Amino acid sequence: MLKRNFLSRISRRTVIKGAAAVGALQVTSPFIIKALGDTPVKVGMVDPLTGVYAAYAQNEVTGAKLALEQINVRGGVLGRPIELLVEDSANDVGTGVQKTRKLIERDGIQFLIGDVNSAIALAIGQVSNEKGILHIVSGGHTDGVTGKDCHWNVYRVCNTTSMEANAVAEQLFTKYGKKWHFITPDYAFGHTLQQAALKDLEKFGGTMTGNELTPLGTTDFSAYLIKARAANPDVLLVLPQGGDMINCMKQIAQFGINKQIHVAGLQQELESLEAMPPEARVGTWMFEWYWKQPGVPHVEKFVADIRKMNFSKVPTARHWFGYTSLMTYALVANREKTLDGVKLAKALGGFELPDDVKLQPNKCYYRAGDHQLMTSSFVGQAKTAGKDDVEDLFEVNTVVPGDKTSPAESDTGCTLQWPA
Amino acid sequence: MSGEQARKLTVLVAIWALLLLAPYWMPPLGGYTALGTRVLVLGLAAMSVNFLLGFTGVLSFGHAAWFGLGAYGCGLMLKFIALSTPLGLIAGTVLGGVMGGLLGALIVRRRGVYFAMVTIAFGQVFYYIAFQWSSLTGGDDGLRPFSRQPLHLGFATVDILSDATAFYYFVLFCFALAVAIMGFILRSPFGRTMLAIRENERRARFLGIPVERHIWIAFTLSCFFMAYAGSLYALVNNFADPRGLHYSQSGDFVIMAVMGGMRSFWGPLLGAAVFVVLQDYLSSVTINWMSFVGLLFVLVVLFFPRGLLGVIRRKSEA
Amino acid sequence: MTQLLLFNVTNGLIIGAFYVLMALGLSLILNLSNVINFAHGGFLVIGGYIAYTITPYVGFWGALLIAPPLTAVIGLAVERVLIRPLYGRDPLYSLLLTFGLAFIIEDGTRFIWGAQGKPVTIPAFLAQPLSYEFFFITGYRLFMVAVVLFTVALLFLLLRYTRLGIRIRAGTLDLETVSALGVNVRALRSLNFAVGIYLAGLSGVLAAGQLGLEPTMGAGVLMPSFIAIIVGGVGSLTGTLLGGLLIGVASGLAAVFLPAASEAIMYVLMAVVLLIRPRGLLGEEGMMT
Repeated sequence: MLKRNFLSRISRRTVIKGAAAVGALQVTSPFIIKALGDTPVKVGMVDPLTGVYAAYAQNEVTGAKLALEQINVRGGVLGRPIELLVEDSANDVGTGVQKTRKLIERDGIQFLIGDVNSAIALAIGQVSNEKGILHIVSGGHTDGVTGKDCHWNVYRVCNTTSMEANAVAEQLFTKYGKKWHFITPDYAFGHTLQQAALKDLEKFGGTMTGNELTPLGTTDFSAYLIKARAANPDVLLVLPQGGDMINCMKQIAQFGINKQIHVAGLQQELESLEAMPPEARVGTWMFEWYWKQPGVPHVEKFVADIRKMNFSKVPTARHWFGYTSLMTYALVANREKTLDGVKLAKALGGFELPDDVKLQPNKCYYRAGDHQLMTSSFVGQAKTAGKDDVEDLFEVNTVVPGDKTSPAESDTGCTLQWPA
Repeated sequence: MSGEQARKLTVLVAIWALLLLAPYWMPPLGGYTALGTRVLVLGLAAMSVNFLLGFTGVLSFGHAAWFGLGAYGCGLMLKFIALSTPLGLIAGTVLGGVMGGLLGALIVRRRGVYFAMVTIAFGQVFYYIAFQWSSLTGGDDGLRPFSRQPLHLGFATVDILSDATAFYYFVLFCFALAVAIMGFILRSPFGRTMLAIRENERRARFLGIPVERHIWIAFTLSCFFMAYAGSLYALVNNFADPRGLHYSQSGDFVIMAVMGGMRSFWGPLLGAAVFVVLQDYLSSVTINWMSFVGLLFVLVVLFFPRGLLGVIRRKSEA
Repeated sequence: MTQLLLFNVTNGLIIGAFYVLMALGLSLILNLSNVINFAHGGFLVIGGYIAYTITPYVGFWGALLIAPPLTAVIGLAVERVLIRPLYGRDPLYSLLLTFGLAFIIEDGTRFIWGAQGKPVTIPAFLAQPLSYEFFFITGYRLFMVAVVLFTVALLFLLLRYTRLGIRIRAGTLDLETVSALGVNVRALRSLNFAVGIYLAGLSGVLAAGQLGLEPTMGAGVLMPSFIAIIVGGVGSLTGTLLGGLLIGVASGLAAVFLPAASEAIMYVLMAVVLLIRPRGLLGEEGMMT
């Protein structure tokens, strides 16, 4: 039932034809109500399919498409098929908000997924809240989403920045030293990530030798690296994401800094590692999900399924985010036998994911107090080259369960206000 | 002459009828009210760009700066100072307009490509300020949370926050106000001078027109209109972010004006409608929508430099 | 502290050299054809991706030789088909056209090579610092500066001593007279455009070795090149050279004292120059005003 399956490359050739067909479908009058069994349940997804986060967003969509296939094969939601409507937020808040309104007001979606960009995730959370639509933030990490800006209708699958910091901090401190230097992207995500890590560092009794705030879109990090090395820390924490991180790591490797200072970071992704030359794939990081988990049930099947729709490439954490977001909705709606937003939002509090969805060894559930998924962190080392598989670029040392990395519910700053 | 006037009147009535009835005819055609609101706001912005480009002949490629400043002015007022929609609009308009006027004085002697480049670069200054001053503007995450406030009209209170149709009419009212002022200025002796400068700057100078001052006034007025549109945009999104100030946004406004027809008053609105609807539609059906939008730029430049209205007009004249 | 300053001035010059390469291409096209090439960053990306694609077959050195001319050929085709009809028309149109072209190029590269960034590997002996102390001077960065120096010297010699160069310079000053003297202005513009795009392609190959190669990377380097031209003065290639180095050093220094301003400092520099000397540092009075 995927009307706009524009993400598969084959369909691009027929885009014009498809566009015309979709247009015709959209023009049909919404006033004719068909028998309930025929009407699909519409689910919307807003993600930055173009712009700097395009690779991450497109993988989330692929993950959601796999979930869509599986759900519809198993009978859909309440006997109705799910229809996934994907919209490009173009990494622009205004566009994201507009697309969300379009999905809700015109298409009449029951459930919303998105966005990779934290700022857009917050902004469209405001819209979904205003309209009372259940919403899962798939890939925006800033604490606020399940912290001080939390809403009764908004849940989140990916980690908070605090969780990421807590997952890595202790290991870094005990193994590599107590003087840390930060390279922090100068926007909300970076600030919260850095503050969370600093809080841990101070708790253990370490010191910060400096914090380089780098503007988003920085291409040349040499000036910051010069300062960082002059401060002579034990650990250099690289916090930028996406293209900025790739540039930074490339330059760290060329300057040979990783041979003098232990390089680490909090969030790392397979998409980013694959975009770096081998010599830049170094350091201690956390993955939010990793495809190689020997002995954990259902993971291999998931990897095989994604490979089939992803040019034989393995799933990344982003695939899992998209997959889990949509699966969650189908599971909870079928269990509660309703599509009512408030009822489903209530039911999701404490909802535990089954083995074939969580795809990780630890217990994985949505916390009722702040609506954050308690998902594991995969802490380990980046590898310059994969042994058995070119995409095996990460060596997992420990898998830390979500309730170990997450701050207590009372410390998140979230107070949920339910509709009367 | 009376035939010409009658024709103009018919067109005017038709435009306003279409705008007034938009919430009723759009949904059945697959549109949605919020899209109509967006067309109005971006259309007003394109008309403001055209006020300078089409009627004075000066190419500013950094006008998004004033648009974005308007949005920030409005948002900052609503977030920090007063919970009032009209005050927000005023704050945004003044902020963007005054800044535009100040910088305009610096660059008003430049012309052509050089003027375009300098306006782009100055526009980017504000982009970086908004981007970097995160304690005030929220940086890349944008300015939030704030939201448009109900209108207190004395006899009634209108909820423009959750009622999309009411908000559309509010924006339409604001739009009509700005358009009326713009039309009035263009019909005034000052407006005639602007046209004279556009047609032949040297001759205008010989006639004793203080060209620089007139261009500066036109530039400043255009900035005020732009900032006003930007304030409305902040109300549309309940949000302001640096991208609204970026030069790529300026490019969108200029192409709207050119696509609709630079030499006509209503052209940019038509251009904005086509551009916004097309972009909204294309980006829903194909991930490669950017290519199509880029292609639109190329096609308009190569084949419709006079814009849609230009083509229609030439056909009707022939 | 002085050491830190020295480091950053050197570093700024290295970055500036890269801006110069971009800005010179942009400047060439602007001066002769009055076209602001918004797609210049796009051509940089094309150059980088071509290099990425052919490196497995011809190696890094082969790519460095082959990718820029290939980019120039694409540029030439674009000039013939899209830009040529716009000469003599209001600069607005070429501005809009190249603006749209930048969209198409970004989307096209994403379509062909995918949204995920691509790793470009440079020869190992270049990818390391020359000394422990001056770790930020890697072989590669030094190599980049050398390439820029060589290219700039070649370009200036070409403009000064060859017939083509003299014509380009003359055309910059007064195209009508040059045309009246029987020079084929069309061919002159095409060649000039191709040279400009060649420089963009070369920047692309060099950038790919240092930065992450991804479809959106073009936009980030366009603005500094713009500012280099304005600061240096429109119409003067030497000015562009000076402007590029200046903003490189300025942003290097800003990163020490006020990192948040490392981008904004370029604009401040530009505003100051425009206030004191509206035509730019080495701009000719009357050029493009």
